[in-house]
Parts: sequence; structure tokens; C-alpha cells
Amino acid sequence: MLGFRLERSPAPLWVRSLIPLIAVAITFLIVSVLILIAGAHPGEAFYELLINPLTRPTARAEILVKATPLLLTGVAVAFAFAGGYYNIGAEGQLYAGAVAAAWAGTQLHEQPALVAIPVMLVCGFAAGMLWALPPAILRIRLGVDEVVTTLLLNSVMLFFVSALLNGPWRDPISNWPQSPTIAASAQFPQLFARTRIHLGFLVAVLALLAFWWIFTRTRFGLELRAAGLGREAARFMGVRVGRVVLIAALISGGIAGLAGVSEVAGTHYHLIDALSPGYGYTAIIIATLGATTAPGVLMATLFLALVDIGILSASRQLNIPVYLGDIIQACLLLVALATLLLNRYSLRRSQP
Amino acid sequence: MPVLEMQGITKRFGPLLANDQIDLTVEPNEIHALLGENGAGKTTLMKILYGLYQPDAGSILIDNRPVRFRSPASAIAHGIGYVSQHFSLVPTLTVAENIVLGYEGRSLLQRREMEQIVHETAQRFGFNNIPPDALVRDLSVGQQQRVEILKALYRDCRVLILDEPTAVLTPQDAANLFETLLDLRARHLSVIMITHKLEEVMAISQQVTVLRHGRVVGRRRTSETNPTDLANLMVGRSTAAVTRKANHQASTASALNVRDLWLQDRRGVALLRGVSLTVNQGEIVGVAGVAGNGQSELVGVLSGMIAPDRGTVEVRGNALKLGDPRAFNRARVGRIPEDRLKGVVSDLTVAQNLALEQMEDFSRAGHVDYKRIEQHAERLIREFQIKARPGDRARTLSGGNIQKIILARALARDPVVVIAAQPTRGLDIGATEYVHQKLLEQKERGAGVLLVSEDLDELLMLSDRIVVMFKGEITGRLDATTATPETIGLLMAGGQQDRQANAISAQPLSGRDHAGLPT
Repeated sequence: MLGFRLERSPAPLWVRSLIPLIAVAITFLIVSVLILIAGAHPGEAFYELLINPLTRPTARAEILVKATPLLLTGVAVAFAFAGGYYNIGAEGQLYAGAVAAAWAGTQLHEQPALVAIPVMLVCGFAAGMLWALPPAILRIRLGVDEVVTTLLLNSVMLFFVSALLNGPWRDPISNWPQSPTIAASAQFPQLFARTRIHLGFLVAVLALLAFWWIFTRTRFGLELRAAGLGREAARFMGVRVGRVVLIAALISGGIAGLAGVSEVAGTHYHLIDALSPGYGYTAIIIATLGATTAPGVLMATLFLALVDIGILSASRQLNIPVYLGDIIQACLLLVALATLLLNRYSLRRSQP
Repeated sequence: MPVLEMQGITKRFGPLLANDQIDLTVEPNEIHALLGENGAGKTTLMKILYGLYQPDAGSILIDNRPVRFRSPASAIAHGIGYVSQHFSLVPTLTVAENIVLGYEGRSLLQRREMEQIVHETAQRFGFNNIPPDALVRDLSVGQQQRVEILKALYRDCRVLILDEPTAVLTPQDAANLFETLLDLRARHLSVIMITHKLEEVMAISQQVTVLRHGRVVGRRRTSETNPTDLANLMVGRSTAAVTRKANHQASTASALNVRDLWLQDRRGVALLRGVSLTVNQGEIVGVAGVAGNGQSELVGVLSGMIAPDRGTVEVRGNALKLGDPRAFNRARVGRIPEDRLKGVVSDLTVAQNLALEQMEDFSRAGHVDYKRIEQHAERLIREFQIKARPGDRARTLSGGNIQKIILARALARDPVVVIAAQPTRGLDIGATEYVHQKLLEQKERGAGVLLVSEDLDELLMLSDRIVVMFKGEITGRLDATTATPETIGLLMAGGQQDRQANAISAQPLSGRDHAGLPT
């Protein structure tokens, strides 16, 4: 021990509020090394990655398209995390919502958009909730760790989707493993001309606003925060912790389900195996970086969406692998978790 | 020649003086009991001995040679072994792997060879029922503790520290442990046992050091002392006569009526055994007892946090739903929890913590009126002189101010009953006086106050009546005006109430506490 000791004591507030920025900075340092190895100049790469997309209108629009499912799953995960319920199952819940949307969307050919779209949203929300229900009940009634159950249910859902697409739902026309195209009236309208930004973005923004409102204005939000920050103390003060956490887990699943609806009805118009490149997992990064607050989630979402889009142009311009984008996101999560953990300790000079 | 000496050990944590000039001497072949209430500084002292903390002052001598432990590794190298209350075993590894883990010089060790070594060590110390190839997770708690001890022995320890070893054990396991310890002593080991159980001290130790508030308040040869003497040392008897602030004018209408509470833990050990008591309006009833005799569980039940196996709780004649904090809330039972950090959510604000218990008053149709929450907080902050702003996070406050938040919340709504558990633990004199004054105010108002405390002076000063708990039962009921520290100490140590000596003796020991009070 070189005269220093780690002691358990929380860092001052101003340090804690800087944590996301510190995490981003450390991540960039690590990624710079990788960029150098890939044979590009880090400065140029970061310009292509972070600045260039913001200068082009089409890229700006694509960031918002990308941000749509991320924002929904991010809000979903943040909702659960804030209550101390670690829902790692947003990916599966997203697919549950997508399955519901793909089914409802093909049943609604006779209906106008004003009926078809709300029905699809409700079905997707319900499906996400349903998929989130068993782990929540197991956790609250029997104390089964939800991290394991929600995570494993993701695989169950993915295989179920695969089975559907290779079996009963295989597109009869193309014979590809994709569901039949949903009714035209059920397809989300574009919000702006000549962009791919669709109604789903509006849904995501509304979900974010609802999240913000519930957390800062309602009794449920306050009780959920209390339950998440101090279960025993919350119970002592009369919060029905089990009930509050159950509701949060279900809302979380429902919102993740909406992300599935939005991807099916807004982007693909049918269900495919690769509907989500892991939005439900990226959402964990978003909720963690965003410290489970609405503004934080919004910032984190936009940042990760920017990285997702920026890496495409950086890869084209500088010939660096697209996987670097995934590495940046993964690094960011690890560094954020590490800084969060280290934040609980402080370095003290020990007695010689 | 003593095997171990600690001299003038002092350790400070911020404003708290955890160890103040402590001397401790351990002879060879000695089981040395380190006795004291929670927070007396026992564990801190032992963690210093094990190299987990560095003392601010003082020295440690082993075999008369001064040593300095910068880490547990150097303490182990000097023959110190430490078995904490929380075992540090890997459940999915075998006994042998756990024992050898991190200590065997070679990086690769044959499983057979390893099990053989462990087996030999076990045999040498007479540990028969620990199969080296069993997985730790398949062992009982008592066996796991033996593995911990064996681990220390394998590392050639000469002084074995046990931190409240019987806290997790069934009585049967505890008896086995004591046999083991006596056996180890016969094999020339010294044992330091942290405990607050008097009968354990009497049963197996040769020497006792009693700590109170971080200081040594007594040293005794076990053969020359008795439980009453130790209880008095432990809880402290002030030299000056206690000035009673209480004047007894309770009505005979009951505020709180507790009948026949029974509670078992998971191991089937009875924690509460038919506890009944009554607190009248305008009366403070004190609960005395050595820690771990059921007071925590009684408080848990009376706060709505624990549902007992059997029994009823009535507030002004209305039976409450047990195990539901909300029911106690609604019945206006003001609750001060034993551990104040379980009474507040430390990452929420002061205002939020003050409001959460009565959200019905601060929300309409699910919508919170944060402005009123803040006004409410400002009022209580003024009234209870809390040094904080409504928007401060509770974690930034001192212990005394957190306690004031809990006090303010418990007392703000004119409670019918107040359950105050260790309300002044760890507070400075000013804050302590303030809490006392507030509890007396509640009594004046006509609330029934149940005061659970480890501080005998506090109980004698504030209470109108005192009940003593021992092993989950109420073993004594005394009138506070005639009770003496000696009689209480005797009862705390497991003695029976002397029916001649006390005015209250007319009340049956086993049965109900009738509302009427002796005159």
C-alpha cells in the first residue's frame, strides 16, 4: 500500500454529477487507442463520429430515427431501475410488443389509421407487460433475482419469434422468414417529408414526458423512488413496496413493448428476426448513463444514436470497422459502471 | 508472559471516538471475553488487531515485541485469526479449497493432497465432522463457522478472535462451539470472544474486559465476578443519583395494549415468547434488557415491520393489522426505529422524508403538492430545530439531525402511541437532552410512550414503569420510582424478580400486564 487507502464514503455531489462526463472522457481515451490501431487519426475519427452527422440534414434525421427505439427502451429500463428493479429484459419485451403489432397489424386491414394505430399500440403495450409479468411476480412473491429471469426470458422470446417466422408466419409470397406486411392503415405516418422520422418518435417523446411527469409530480413516482433508494425505509414509512415495484416493472415492460410496435409499424412494416440490434441492452447503458432521470435518458439516447449514425460515416471515410461503434457503447457502459462504483469510495492518505 | 498486549489504542471516526485509550492483555491458554453493548467499540478494537483499521494511537505487542499490522495479511503472519459474524467463505468451493485458498504457496495443488492436508489439520484440532470434500454451501451454519475457525488454525493462528460467534447459531451449535473453544484452549490457543451475552461470558471465559462508549470500564477474572456485576458495568451506573424528570400521573386508560406476542426465526429459535404489556395514556414505559433478548423484535412488531406468529396489538382498544406499517401509521403510532438509517431514505430530501408517511395529506388524485411538502418541512425544521434545508438530501445530515427528522415525523401528527427504540444512541449530550424533552412532552400530552433503550440511566430518568426482557420474555416489571440499577441489572442477567423486594411483585410474571398501576 503506497500510503493510500480506499475508504467507503460518497464523493461530493458536484463530483457525482460529473460522472457521466468523466465516463465519456475515459471512453474516448480508450477508443482513441483502438482507432490508432485501426490506422486512423483519432481527431479525424471523432470529427466524423460526433460532428459530421450533425452538419448534414439527412444524418440528423437518421439520428432521430435511431433514437426512437432507444428512447422507448431507455425510458422503459430507467422506469424499472429507478424502483430498484433491474429489468434486463427490455429486449424480449420489445419483441413481445413487435409480435403483438405484427399480428394486430395484419388483422386491421378494414380499419382506418385512427383505429388501427391505437389498437396496435395498446396490443404492443399489453404484450410487453405480459412478458414482464412472470419475473416481476417471482421477484416480489418469492425473491427470485429478476436480473436472471428477465435476461433469460429474452432468449425465450427470440427463439419464439424465430419459430414463428420460420413456421406459421413465414411470408407466403416471398417465402422469407418474415411476417406478412401489416395493413397500410396500421403503418406509422412520416412526421416530416423526405425523412424516415415516423410517428414512433412522437410516441417516444410522449413516453419520455410521461416518465418525467410521473417521477417529478406524482405520488407513485415519489414512492417508486423511495422504494428504489431504500426499500426498508420506504416500507417503514408506509410505501407498499411490492405493489409499487410490480407496477413499475409492468409499465417498464409495456413501454419496451411500444418500442417493438414502433419498429414494426414505423420502420419495417413486418416482423423480422433482426428487428432489434440489441436496443433492449443498449437501453441499460442509457438508463445507467442517464442516472434514471428523464433529461439524463434523453441526453444519453441522443448521444448513443449519434454514435450509431456517426460510426457509419466514420467507417466509410476512414476505413475503420463499424464494430467500433459497438465498442464505444460497451466501453461507455463499463466505464460508467466502474466510475459509479468507485464513486462510493474515496482515496485517502493512510497513516504512515 | 502475555501472548498479546494492546496498549492505549485510540481510534476516531470523524467526531466519534470509537476506542479511547484501550488496554487489553491476553494470556496464553486464555479465553478472554470482550463484553459491551452495541457500539461500545469491541469490533473496532478487534479490527485494529486484525490490521483492518489503523489505530490513531497506541501499540500492539505480541510476545512482548511491538508489531504493526498494515493489513490482515501481516496480522495473520503474526498468528492472529479472525472469524467475523459474516463468514468469508466461497459457497461453491469445497471445505478444503476454502481453507487453502489464498494461503498455499504453490499455485497448483492436487485436490487429493489438499484434502489430505486439511484433513490432518482438522484431526489435529479435533474437528471430526467436517468432510474436506464437502461443498461449503451444503454445510450448516454451525459447520461453516467451524470451517472458518479451521481456516484460521490452518494459518497457524495463536490468538483466535471470534466476533459474536453465537449470534448466528442455534443453542445446540453454540454448545458445540464452546466445547471446541475449551478444547482449543487446552491446545495452547488464546481466544478473544466478542459478545454481549453474559451467560456465555460466565460459561467459558477466564478473563473479562468490559467496554462502554469506547473505554474500558472494568476488568474481571470470571471466577471473581457475577452476571449482575457485569451487567452493571456494561450499561453503566452513574455515580450521581439519577434525577427523575418524570412525575407519575398517568391515567388508567390504556394507549397501547400488547398481548401474548410470539415470534420464531427461521431456525425455529423463539425470539418473543408471550410478551404482553400495557402502556397507559400519559405514561412512559421503559424496556430494559441486554441487547439480543427480543427488544429489537418487539420494536419490529410494534412498528408494523414484523408480523408475529401469534398475538395482538391494540391502540386505544382497536386491534391493528400486524406486519403492515401503514396500519400503525393510520392508528397514529409514532415510530422511532432502532436503526435510524432504516427510518429515512438517505438519497431523498429532508422534505420528502418528512412527508412520505402521510402522502394522503400531500397528494390529490395521485398528484403530489410539492409546495405543501416544502412548507410542512419548513415548519417542522423550525419546530424541531433541525439543521437542514427542506431540499437537502438526508445523507448529508449528521446523525443527530437525521434523528430529529425521524422524531419530527413521528411526533408531528400528535401520536397516540410513541414507539421509541434507542432514540438517543450515538447522539451527543445536547441532542440527547432534546430527545428526552420531546418524549416527556408527548407524555404530558397524553400519549403512551414505549421507550426501548440500552441506557439504564435514560430508562430510570424518563420511565414511569420499567419492564425487563430476557430471552424473549418479560421477566420483571418494576415501578421506576423504586427500581434501582442493581435490581434491573440482576433481571437483565437472567435473575428472577424478588417478590419481596419490589412493590410491583403483586403482578404475575408470566401473565398480562394489567392496566392498573401499583400505588
